[in-house]
Amino acid sequence: MSHPRTIIEKLWDAHVVHEQPGAPSLLYIDLHLVHEVTSPQAFQGLRDRGLKVRRPDMTLATTDHSIPTTDRSLPIIDEIAAKQVAQLETNCRDFGIPCFGMHSEHQGIVHVIGPELGLTQPGMTVVCGDSHTATHGALGALAFGIGTSEVEHVLATQCLLQRKSKTFEVRVDGTLRAGVTAKDIILALIARIGVGGGTGSVFEYRGSAIRALTMEQRMTVCNMSIEGGARAGMIAPDDVTFAYVSGRPYAPKGAAWDAALARWKQLPTDDGAEFDRSIAIDADQLEPMITYGTNPGMGIPVTARLPEPSDLSDPLQRDSIVKALRYMGLEGGKPLLGHPVNVVFIGSCTNSRISDLRSAASLLKGRKVNPAVRVMVVPGSQEVKRQAAAEGLPEIFRAAGCDYREPGCSMCIAMNGDQLQPGEYSVSTSNRNFEGRQGKGGRTFLASPLTAAAAALTGVVTDVRTLL
Amino acid sequence: MNFKSRLVPLPINNVDTDQIIPARFLKTISKQGLDRQLFYDWRYDAQGNPKPDFILNQPRWQGAQILLAGDNFGCGSSREHAPWALTQFGFRAVISTSFADIFKQNSLKNALLPIVAPPQAHAALFALVERDPNAEVSVDLASQTVTLPDGGKIEFPVDPFSKHCLLEGVDELGYIQKNEAAIASFEARRPVSINTLG
Repeated sequence: MSHPRTIIEKLWDAHVVHEQPGAPSLLYIDLHLVHEVTSPQAFQGLRDRGLKVRRPDMTLATTDHSIPTTDRSLPIIDEIAAKQVAQLETNCRDFGIPCFGMHSEHQGIVHVIGPELGLTQPGMTVVCGDSHTATHGALGALAFGIGTSEVEHVLATQCLLQRKSKTFEVRVDGTLRAGVTAKDIILALIARIGVGGGTGSVFEYRGSAIRALTMEQRMTVCNMSIEGGARAGMIAPDDVTFAYVSGRPYAPKGAAWDAALARWKQLPTDDGAEFDRSIAIDADQLEPMITYGTNPGMGIPVTARLPEPSDLSDPLQRDSIVKALRYMGLEGGKPLLGHPVNVVFIGSCTNSRISDLRSAASLLKGRKVNPAVRVMVVPGSQEVKRQAAAEGLPEIFRAAGCDYREPGCSMCIAMNGDQLQPGEYSVSTSNRNFEGRQGKGGRTFLASPLTAAAAALTGVVTDVRTLL
Repeated sequence: MNFKSRLVPLPINNVDTDQIIPARFLKTISKQGLDRQLFYDWRYDAQGNPKPDFILNQPRWQGAQILLAGDNFGCGSSREHAPWALTQFGFRAVISTSFADIFKQNSLKNALLPIVAPPQAHAALFALVERDPNAEVSVDLASQTVTLPDGGKIEFPVDPFSKHCLLEGVDELGYIQKNEAAIASFEARRPVSINTLG
């Protein structure tokens, strides 16, 4: 090839179907994931136009957002949610799309099951009507969230009209210290660049600290790329990736595997390739992070003090902090450590995989959660649930006093009745702390599974390193 | 696309899509009927009564078609329900210094114009509304300008393809479908090891 390219450019170039001056590129999509919330209007659009789904074999649906996480043998009580779930099943049947619905052994959060089933593979373009599609970038895929109009476009044509994003290198070198996790890397990045910092860009996470992460930890990092404003975040595939994909149900096998591996090894960013922007983070300096405010960029090391609004000169920035602290019932300049917590939520497409449950269980084993705290543990998929059962994790959670539930998005988005009451505080392993995100009037502190488990034990915001 | 309207000031940075329309309203299978749910938790109290201090509830702002918002409007989720709710309420444009990527794309597909104003002009618009809440500005997509009452102009960028689609009423899906031959030939030359669910 002529000039050195980033992995982002390589994937882009490999998927351009057509280019025309003055118009966006037509980009081919290798995997389209569908869920019940953002697809019904798109299927209706197909019906209105009399169109088919072009590639049902590259499309997969599951239910995750609006389904209950209670006993699955019971019907959905919420009639509106029940209708939405039934509509997805009808749509999948009518259009010939495989659907891992509520009772499927493969059901789970869409961003958990894609990688888990080996559907998400390096070098692919992956889309879903969900902004956390960025998760799949951990495998070296170009994966991003789309709106419902675009869902309709991909269903009908397997293509999207797209403009090329800018490239943004996030270099993380060094070694994470005990108690500091992948979640803390991404929360630290967003705290530094802000929730709009990556707008217009795709992140590539690089550096020794990224290489040292497991596949599931990489998913946690890429998952929250959108919280930094970037539609996608990627990590170049390496032996960790290949070992993860190998042997999964939809992964290539035999000669197809060898051919795929040869292609995947060409994907990493070339030496000398240039990024539009770069930022460096020193992993050795990171501490457990926690958010205090009403967007994911409002994060601090757990031992730090809350910002003082009066320190900010820009009036709108100052107002944001004032408004956030007021909503959260917090006072600038005070520490967050020791702040009472009502609910702990361990789950979501950010942190509901088996390693996340293991991490929380390692701290909870043989201990009791604080009786004032309601602790919910929600595995990301049926497969995670099976693996957790095989390892005896549900018993550890239940013995500690946690509520261990069925797989789904649950209290990350609070569409299904799993929610905070007005004024309640949660420490949550999810990805968004927007006002009301976990229930109207609810107040969310985002953190890692370890930090969440620590709060479950003590009933207050805690530096997990004091419990290790 | 050419219209004249007052500006509803919402001087808040990073307005996320969970504020524009809370997630619990996304259980609908329709695109319609979302106007009441726009900014629901800011607009209504726990009993569902309008909060008089929220700007969209104030009679003087009824009928305004432009929302003047803080930086990075529309961050968060990919829900297209956000521009659906904004347009059904009556907005035809949002002016900010920046927009989240997915929200911007979704807006352009629903004839909601995301107008990026330079910080100085953005601040001047807030000052204008503060001085004269009845001040009207004209938005003209063809010339990509916002014209102030004193004749001053703010030029704004728009993706030329989106502009073409909005002005000519081009259907994007129809446009993609015209590339059928290119799509079929791309599929034919894919590596065989690309896996499918089939």
